[in-house]
Amino acid sequence: MGVSVLSKSMPVQENQPWVSGTPADIISTVEFNHTGELLATGDKGGRVVIFQREPESKNAPHSQGEYDVYSTFQSHEPEFDYLKSLEIEEKINKIKWLPQQNAAHSLLSTNDKTIKLWKITERDKRPEGYNLKDEEGKLKDLSTVTSLQVPVLKPMDLMVEVSPRRIFANGHTYHINSISVNSDCETYMSADDLRINLWHLAITDRSFNIVDIKPANMEDLTEVITASEFHPHHCNLFVYSSSKGSLRLCDMRAAALCDKHSKLFEEPEDPSNRSFFSEIISSVSDVKFSHSGRYMLTRDYLTVKVWDLNMEARPIETYQVHDYLRSKLCSLYESDCIFDKFECAWNGSDSVIMTGAYNNFFRMFDRNTKRDVTLEASRESSKPRAVLKPRRVCLGGKRRRDDISVDSLDFTKKILHTAWHPAENIIAIAATNNLYIFQDKVNADAH
Amino acid sequence: MMLSKGLKRKREEEEEEEVVEKETLTVDTWWLDSGPPTAQAPPVVASNSLFDLSVLKLHHSLRQSEPDLRHLVLVVNTLRRIQASMAPSAALPSVSSPPPAPMETDNLLASSDAALSASMAGLLEDLSHIEGLSQAPQPLPDEGPPGRPIGGAPAGLGALDLLGPATGCLLDDGLEGLFEDIDTSMYDSELWAPAAAEGHKPDSENGLGKEEAPVLDEAELDYLMDVLVGTQGLER
Repeated sequence: MGVSVLSKSMPVQENQPWVSGTPADIISTVEFNHTGELLATGDKGGRVVIFQREPESKNAPHSQGEYDVYSTFQSHEPEFDYLKSLEIEEKINKIKWLPQQNAAHSLLSTNDKTIKLWKITERDKRPEGYNLKDEEGKLKDLSTVTSLQVPVLKPMDLMVEVSPRRIFANGHTYHINSISVNSDCETYMSADDLRINLWHLAITDRSFNIVDIKPANMEDLTEVITASEFHPHHCNLFVYSSSKGSLRLCDMRAAALCDKHSKLFEEPEDPSNRSFFSEIISSVSDVKFSHSGRYMLTRDYLTVKVWDLNMEARPIETYQVHDYLRSKLCSLYESDCIFDKFECAWNGSDSVIMTGAYNNFFRMFDRNTKRDVTLEASRESSKPRAVLKPRRVCLGGKRRRDDISVDSLDFTKKILHTAWHPAENIIAIAATNNLYIFQDKVNADAH
Repeated sequence: MMLSKGLKRKREEEEEEEVVEKETLTVDTWWLDSGPPTAQAPPVVASNSLFDLSVLKLHHSLRQSEPDLRHLVLVVNTLRRIQASMAPSAALPSVSSPPPAPMETDNLLASSDAALSASMAGLLEDLSHIEGLSQAPQPLPDEGPPGRPIGGAPAGLGALDLLGPATGCLLDDGLEGLFEDIDTSMYDSELWAPAAAEGHKPDSENGLGKEEAPVLDEAELDYLMDVLVGTQGLER
């Protein structure tokens, strides 16, 4: 497992690298593309920044495949809903890459209400030697043209062009929390608090509603959808999680409206840990299929759980992320921290799982060795090419040097969004408005 | 705490909040000291402060222009759990919590939906124009419980209608208090109700005012009518 890591911290705002940015710079989502060559981040100001991994070159051994800014564009703008007199936030909730099918890259980005398909293309050549136009594009005086020439393509500085190809609007009444591209590469789904819609990537004026949990009487509302994802291989299967901690696996072949699940995954409440906050801490904030498609990973407030698709009764593995918070639930409820939504991630081989925590800590769990580690994403401890030191939180009693006590944790520094390269041991960690990319050089090409 | 719609923050609410803050410090300790919560009946004081805190969160959530449904649902469910545990101790005089909570929370949730319903009815109409859907039938329109105004009623008033008497801690003086802050001076024009306006003046001035006013008023009325209908000069 990649415990010893090299690091490069990369603030998203290039012109002001070490100054904490405005609230608009808060990173709200991070996603690698399918090869790991590109890394996209979305922020609260509706902007998307794409990083590209530089190819490792012998001429510059120090660059070692680092990520540099490739393109920046404004994906969503704040909108005003005149019907409800509400402002629609431009914050990017999720980004999902489409599998690459030609030279261009495509991604879906979404805010609370509208999903957009963006196409990213490169231009590194331009034609020169037109007959009718001069170098600046002005029409030539025809009397000066005495012979015909064939325009030739000449190299130019790389230009990355981004254009919105589709806008999928008016599909959601409630706030979109997830999008997921189907393995058929033709459709994708979007989920809000109460409904899930299926879209065709080429059709923007209609979508199919496949899940609807809105009760006839809103007074009866007790549960909302918190996350959803398509199975990585079976295009008919998808899962969605709820605020009550349950997972529902649905088969689109069974019915047009998948209100009846094929499988319901739910762990019975542990009576010894019962409290007023049991339901809140069981609310699933993220669900991810393993790359193999055999398992699901869920994150609730205090734990990450691995579920086997063949066993609905309980998870096969449970890992404590920060159990020391169990005695602090009341004050975390008061401060609303108990409602924070952390994401989780698998590594490429499904052997290690990762999730964020408070105080800019993030945790990794090795499923095979059962070892875990806590690391910190901060400027102080992350000079380029420094090795991250494992951190420890102590409850009291015996305290080692460098340990942090529970009461000194900074709950405003939360790592909600993390991503793992699909093949290598490279991770991207979003800490408020800073992006950290860590690389394991010890086992660089393992797995 | 931000308040909307011109609602004045009541002094009692402020004091209530201070009490809640103080009590949550002790609640924290309680969670640490006692064994599994189910092993003993939780102290009534702690439950009350948690209850109050939850009600405050619920109100705060509902006051958002667009409530976070997940947050709302989780708080409501937690509130119900707390209520269920408090039921046997409801007779205690020290309880200063708001009126019967189950009805209140349901009303609050429903009232937020009245606003949602009103705007959703319109939104769904728009959606049906835009999309030629072959989707499974959905409960349309979103009426909620019978008798709730949809479409025509302004969203804000619809919600407030239901908030009325059930939420003592929001509106101590009922619906009347809501309209205190509305500026109606543009409707209190002297042109339209000269007699009423002059009724406020001392009697000695009345006579003079009454003699002069009608002549002026008619001319000004004519002028106003011209302006409203569109000046004759413009019609050419």
